[in-house]
Amino acid sequence: MNFSLPSLRQQFPFFGAHPDWIYLDNAATLHKPQAVLDAMNVFYSQQNSNVHRSAHGLSQQATAAFEAARTTVAQFLNARFSHEIIWTSGTTAGFNQLVFGLMGSVLQSGDRVLISTMEHHANIVPWHIHALPFGVELDVVPLTAEHRFDLAAFTELLKLKPKVVSISHVSNALGHIQPIADIVRLAKAAGAIVVLDGAQGIVWEKVDVQALDLDFYLFSGHKLYGPTGIGVLYGKTQYLELLRPLLGGGEMIKTVSFSASSWNDLPYRLEAGTPNMAGAIGLAAAILWLQQQDLAAFQQHKKALVRRFYDGCQQIPALELLSGPTTNAGIVALNLKNEHPADLATLLDQQKIAVRAGTHCAMPLFQAINSKGSVRFSFACYNSFDEIDRTLTALATAVELLAE
Amino acid sequence: MIRPDIFTETATALKNIYDKQLPQLLQLKDWQSKYRILMTLGKELPAFDAQWHKDEFLVQGCESKAWLLHYQDPVTAQHFWAFDSDARIVKGLIILILVQLNGLTAEQLAEATPESLLTELQLQQNISQSRSNGLLAVLNKIKAVI
Repeated sequence: MNFSLPSLRQQFPFFGAHPDWIYLDNAATLHKPQAVLDAMNVFYSQQNSNVHRSAHGLSQQATAAFEAARTTVAQFLNARFSHEIIWTSGTTAGFNQLVFGLMGSVLQSGDRVLISTMEHHANIVPWHIHALPFGVELDVVPLTAEHRFDLAAFTELLKLKPKVVSISHVSNALGHIQPIADIVRLAKAAGAIVVLDGAQGIVWEKVDVQALDLDFYLFSGHKLYGPTGIGVLYGKTQYLELLRPLLGGGEMIKTVSFSASSWNDLPYRLEAGTPNMAGAIGLAAAILWLQQQDLAAFQQHKKALVRRFYDGCQQIPALELLSGPTTNAGIVALNLKNEHPADLATLLDQQKIAVRAGTHCAMPLFQAINSKGSVRFSFACYNSFDEIDRTLTALATAVELLAE
Repeated sequence: MIRPDIFTETATALKNIYDKQLPQLLQLKDWQSKYRILMTLGKELPAFDAQWHKDEFLVQGCESKAWLLHYQDPVTAQHFWAFDSDARIVKGLIILILVQLNGLTAEQLAEATPESLLTELQLQQNISQSRSNGLLAVLNKIKAVI
């Protein structure tokens, strides 16, 4: 490992405030390094003014910082242009804008959209709200017996000629990494517009949107060590131009009369209202912080954490592991046979182990595998082997209590 | 069809828990022993027919589900309950609420503070706003009959 865990943890003030907790709910939200908090503090205490609007020099200073943040994200994703980075409040909001925006210009009645069984509700429900009522049909790639993306079935479903293929990079419920290079290649060959949900994937590996030839890519700031309430919808210029704005008002307009309005250019056209300026600056600070870290070492460390936890779980009788230990971005979902995941999670909570129980905003996935849900352990670069071992001990205690 | 006996049988079971297990629980200090008892309380209840696992009786938590049946005695105006949950700890916690509230009239319900028993047992964290186990929703539904 090419990083020092103690000095890494020291950069996260949250752990100092909660030294007796083990935080394994990292897929829900990550903690923030001091660099992110500092950047937001500097923005509010020294730069705060509304961007793009006001005539004064202070606003220009805020605008410069805000637009520099957009450039940081564009470079991080290797987007061609900064205007291809649309600020959203998060991946969910991004999907709602995307699906609404595609209707009419790209998607019409009778068109098909292809998603997978592992999708988060954010990549399911917006289709229900904005697309299905207008005659769009949703097809779903099934899982293999090992709960993996079924590439063979995907190839078959592509024969239905979906206009859009929208797939998650990493399953938020299982941690499994989808074969995105194959998915994009096959989808493109079938003529589809490709959307990648990067909410869980971006912290696992950086995505080069040009090298992968993605048409749209979405992620959330708070799952990349950044603040909540900020996210990104990346799109190729030609496709962003097609999107109808979901929200109106503020910076998104060019001219308005009582009978009609015309819309601003990208990216502002899709950014109604005063944007989350501090959030954008905090997210850029998170990316700059991340670029100073050894990402390959982070990945190796997370692989080792998963392996150690997985092996430990196999020593505890009656645990059913839903996730596999390989091609896994740092999430292990499990159940105790015949017991409700909420009970297991409560007994872990008593021992100050923070995990999540339930269906993890992926109800159709759990319907597909005929399960009430799971307890989800999700790991981050700042977790230690000692934490894994203590969690395994706590898990054994909880299992014993439930077995009585 | 709801079998009317379920309410009298539940009331008897709750009375027994109040007399037998509750004093034990109040004496215990360590969390393991408390949860061990809490998780077995559900076994004292009469069988809850799977056919009552209907949406109209469902009180939704995020992590687990609870079903709540209600009956008001037309003569005494007492409110009686029968219930189930798919999670053992939530079921135990509902029992600890209902050993206090079952059979109360609307006036008595308005005065009741069932949370204080959970505080005394140091289980109050289970009923906070941030908890998605549905216990708060169950409590609100019980109080809403007034």
